[in-house]
Formats: sequence, structure tokens, C-alpha cells
Amino acid sequence: MLTAILTLLVIAAVFGLVLGYAAIRFKVESDPVVDKIDALLPQTQCGQCTYPGCRPYAEAIARGEAEINQCPPGGEATIQALADLLGRDPLPLNPEHGEVKKQKTVVIIDEQLCIGCTLCIQACPVDAIVGAAKQMHTVIPEECTGCDLCIPPCPVDCIYVVPVEETVAEWKWPAPGEEST
Amino acid sequence: MSAGPRKLHRFHGGLQLDDHKSISNTLPVKAAGIPAQLILPLSQHIGAMAVPSVRTGERVLKGQRIASCDGYVSAPVHAPTSGTVVAISDRPIPHPSGLSAPCISIDTDGKDEWIEHQGHEDYASLDASELRNLIREAGIVGLGGAGFPTYIKLNPGARQINTLLLNGAECEPYITCDDMLMRERADEIISGMRIMQHALQARECVIGVEDNKVEAFAALRNAIGTAQDIELVRVPTRYPAGGEKQLIYTLTGKQVPSHGLPLDIGMVCHNVGTAAAVYRAIVKGEPLLSRIVTLTGSGIPQPRNLEVLLGTPIKDLLAQVHGDTNKSGKLIMGGPMMGFEILHAEAPVIKTTNCLLAWHPRDVEEPPAALPCIRCGECAEVCPVLLLPQQLYWHAQAREFDNVQDYHLFDCIECGCCSYVCPSHIPLVQYYRFAKTEIWQQERDKEKSDAARQRHEVRLERLEREKREKKERHARKAASLQKKGTDSDTEKADPKKAAIMAALERVQKKKQQAPVEPQNIEHLTEAQQREIDDINARRASAHKQDEEPS
Repeated sequence: MLTAILTLLVIAAVFGLVLGYAAIRFKVESDPVVDKIDALLPQTQCGQCTYPGCRPYAEAIARGEAEINQCPPGGEATIQALADLLGRDPLPLNPEHGEVKKQKTVVIIDEQLCIGCTLCIQACPVDAIVGAAKQMHTVIPEECTGCDLCIPPCPVDCIYVVPVEETVAEWKWPAPGEEST
Repeated sequence: MSAGPRKLHRFHGGLQLDDHKSISNTLPVKAAGIPAQLILPLSQHIGAMAVPSVRTGERVLKGQRIASCDGYVSAPVHAPTSGTVVAISDRPIPHPSGLSAPCISIDTDGKDEWIEHQGHEDYASLDASELRNLIREAGIVGLGGAGFPTYIKLNPGARQINTLLLNGAECEPYITCDDMLMRERADEIISGMRIMQHALQARECVIGVEDNKVEAFAALRNAIGTAQDIELVRVPTRYPAGGEKQLIYTLTGKQVPSHGLPLDIGMVCHNVGTAAAVYRAIVKGEPLLSRIVTLTGSGIPQPRNLEVLLGTPIKDLLAQVHGDTNKSGKLIMGGPMMGFEILHAEAPVIKTTNCLLAWHPRDVEEPPAALPCIRCGECAEVCPVLLLPQQLYWHAQAREFDNVQDYHLFDCIECGCCSYVCPSHIPLVQYYRFAKTEIWQQERDKEKSDAARQRHEVRLERLEREKREKKERHARKAASLQKKGTDSDTEKADPKKAAIMAALERVQKKKQQAPVEPQNIEHLTEAQQREIDDINARRASAHKQDEEPS
């Protein structure tokens, strides 16, 4: 009887130690659900969802504060992916947060007009604008996410939205029956 | 190798098609001549676009490199004749999108003046690496249609290559450029094969030719002569016998693994045209400047093969065979099964242009409307890669791109057999191409969003750090001010304050002293004395007024 109790106690102690060690050794730093949601978001960092960036929005979804239909750059594909991930019903995009862009865009700065105020640099969430105070600024088009956050702060309205031109390397076969005529 | 006739294996599916080859293979290959302008796209191959190494206005010689490799998987571009570079700009290229891409345009001068070049008759004295470099510099890519840089396929790394295969099957209907090449330049093909064999240190060489090309077979047999290590094999004419994986299976019975390369099973397969180009590059020192192109179809009165300088506009070629450049006809690059429609006749011939198929307007008919799939399974019967075309179709149509990949979408060679047999006329291959490019787009988007996430995170970190540093700076400054303040209270007074205090003290002292006695008041007249007394009296009364509060 005593042996049995002791044996069980020893086993319990050993498992306890192993589990305790594992909890420390393999500690998950951040919420894995937030990471998964964040991975599905387009990382435009545009703030149209009312949160200051994609990760805060992901955190809000994970906390249950935000709906999954607040991301216009992601559009329907992102809503569908989020619905699949979270086991929720897909919703139509909430028009309060904006509309889906028909074509990808980036911004360009008219360098003739730029006065070098650095306001757009401060607004850019991905550091895609290069320049210094009283020096001309320019956009790195490869890094621009098309969030358009730099446009409102510009005091001289020298930032324009331009569509991203399709290249041969990025051209896609149209789905049958959906060919543009 | 005289182990008797090679046992051939039958790949799954495939189609018996009318080959329509006799239309274009009766006339010998003719040089197409030098057009007024050549348009050379910087990307005529799979891989990174070449980088121009000439400027607008520069005179270039035949064989001069005008664009160089950018990265490992890339190929340079050479001037096919002498002339002047007139533009480096976007021009229409032969591509299903009909889009334009960067091209170098050369106005030819008709002199056809060669740059200094030298071949290596004794290629056996060069090692594999030197041969690969020469082939890379010659801009040679797979001429069968895919356009993969050839030198990479000649680099087996640590793997032992047992078999070098030459693909002379040319299984797609209408196309005869390889057929004509084998008939007319069998020696070049065999010499090129020897060079490749030397570079790969391959034990055996096998050439596969479809059994409908009797003359080509005879020419190759003649060129091989009594050599014992090259085996020439007739393969049954069945589309797509010329697919790389299908030819390997037919000749060896081995299957190239999914997502794998022939290298993985000790084999390398090259097109016969590529072998001839390798011969020219090594032995004659000539880079890839021209290729044989089949011009055929009902829209061409004189179908034949032409040796065409790369960059020749397609409409110039059509004019040479009295073809109809009228827009109402349909122009296809490649064959009827795998080719794509060319939307601009100004687009040039590129390294991978094996055939131009022009249909007379009367033969152009709209594809019949697609009907619902009836699950007949014909497509799976003919698929040479043993895929399930129906499943791929359902998932591609529903845009379930994970599922299409589970059904091995990327093993599809887009041969078109499934679409050909589909009784409901469903454009199956177009669904697969659509799904493939969508998946690539998703991958690119993922890469881009990962980069954006990283940049955003780094930016937040930087802002945080700047804020912290600013705070620290302020704290340090405040601390140093505090220190100064305590110093002044105890010992040395602030020098400015001290100076002000001293001045004030001096003024106070002066005020307290009696008014200074005037010095020149002796010997005054009475009138003067009275005047002074008056003034003094006034001053005294004025002082009195001043002192009284107003």
C-alpha cells in the first residue's frame, strides 16, 4: 500500500518537474493566434481598420474586439482566410473602412514641388520614403505598400497615387470566362 | 553499346495526332536575311532579365554582347548582325499577355560585320567549367521551347551523369524546325553532343527521334557513323513523346520524381537544336544569334523553315513567306497544342520561338462554349503525367489553391491532351495556367507583406529607441543643470549676477555721497552768483516734487 502511494508520488513529482521545465524551456513569447492572424493580414499598415497597424488589428481580433471585415487592402481573400482560421462566418467587407482598390497602387513624390518638410517620412509606416529636412524626398516604390498615409500630411500636395504597372514577369493568366475583353 | 535494341517503355496517356509536318518540311531551310531593324528582348529565357551593356547610338558588331547576365539563372544577349543601337525601351514581345518588355533595338547596316571571335577546335582540352563558361557567354538556352540556360543543365555538381539524352522527338503537330535541323546539320548536332558529353562526363549518349522523321533519322545515323557510344533510337510517334520526362521514361523506363530534375536520376536531356548551338559556340566561337523557325499553317502560302536572326520582327518573316499579316487571321507562337496567340505582329522572334503558326481567317473559329463537366474521366485517361485533371479543374475553378497543389498542379506540363479530349470543351489547361500564376502571385504577395511587416516592426523599434534616447538626453541635461544650480549657492557667485550687483552698489554709494562741489565758483560776479542761487533753488524744489508721491 505504502509502496504504491510512494511510487505514484515519485511519478507525479517527476512528471511535475518535466512539465515545469518544459513550460519554461518552450515558453511561447507571444500569443500564437495573434501571429497567425497577423500572417494573414496584408501588412499595408494603412490603419483603415482603425487600429494603428496590422498587428494591433490582429491583437484586437484575437481579443474579440474587432470584426474580421475591417481590412480593405486584404479584401475578400483576407476575410475568407480569417474566417477559416478563426472558425467564424465570413462577412462582407465593412464599407465604413473603405473600399477594395481595383488595382495595386504606390505613391510618387513630385520632386519639383517637394519642400523637404519630412512630414511624409514621419507618416510612412514602412520607412519607404527617403529624404531629409529641406532636402528633396522620394519614394522607394518596391517598399511602398500603397497605404496612402503620406498624402494627408503633405502641405504642398505633391504626392500622387499611381497604379502599379503590370510586368510580363508578374502577369497572370485570366481565369477562363473572365478574360478582359 | 551493342546490347541489342533498347527496350522502350510506354508512358501513360498521350494522343495520336495528325502531325501536319509534311506541309513545312519539304523545302530546305532558307536564311531569312537581315531585316531593317532587330528588336532584342532582354528576357528571352527563364531567369533574371539581362542587363544592357551598350548605350543608345553605339555601333555594335555581329556577335557583340549587348546585354549581360544578371545572376546565376540568366543569359546574355548578342547583336545578331552589325548596326547601331537606336533604343533601349519597352516593345511588344511574344508573350501570351501581349505586354511590352525592355528590348534593345538595333538598326542594321547590312554589312554583317563580325566582332573578333575564336573557336576551340580542340574542345577536349578544355575542362567542364571552361566549357560551361563559354556556353554561358554564348547566351545559349534550351531551344526546345522552355529557354532554360543550358550551362546550368551542364553542371551536375557532385552527381554522376550516366546518360545524356538528346531530344529529337519534336512531337507537336506542324512544327518541323528540329526535323529540318537534324536533316541538314546532323554533324553539328553530333559534335555538340560530344561537347556536352565531355562537359558532363556522361557514360552513354542516347538520341530519341520520333519514328515519323525517317530522313532525319537517316541523316543522324549517317553522322554518327560507326561510333559505338551513341545510340540512336526511334520512339513511337505519340504526343507528347517529346516532353522531357516522357522521353526519359520512354527511353529508360525511369521516372523523374515530382518536383525533381532528370539530374536526380543521373540524366540530362537537351534539345537537338541546343546541341547544334553548343557546337557553334565552342568550335566556331559564335554566340547564339539565329535559330530555325517553322512558318506554317493555313495563313501561309509557302510554309517552310527559315533560319532567322533573333530579334527579327514576326511581320517581316510573314512577308517573306507571303503570309497574311491581316489582323483577322490568328497567329500562334509554338504549336497548336501548347502554343499561345501572339497579339502584336511587330513582336520579334526570340530564342524560344520554334514555330509560327498562322491561321487563315476562314480557319479561325471561336472555341465552342464550355459545357458542364460530365465526369467522363477521358482527361485522366490521356494525362501523360498521371494527374487527375478533373480534380484540378474543380479546385482551380473554386480558387482553392491549396487543394490544387495537393493534386500536384505543378507537375502538369500543360501539354493540352486533357483539353483536346474533353467532350464538354472545357479549357482545362487554361484553368491550370490560371491557378499556377495565381499561386505565384500569392507567393510574391506573401514575400512583399513579410518585408513590409519587417520594415514596420523595425520602424516601431527605431521610434521607440529614439524616444528613449531623447528622454535619456533630457534627463542628463536636467541633471547637469541641477548640479550647476547648487554650485552657485555655495561658492563662486554667478559672474554676471556679481557684476550687476557690483554696479548697483557703486551707484548707491555715489548717491549717498554729497553732491560734488562745483570747481569754478571763485571770482563770480554778483549777477552770476544770483543766477546760480536761483538755479539751485529751482533744482531743490524740483527734487522736492520728485520725492513727493505724485
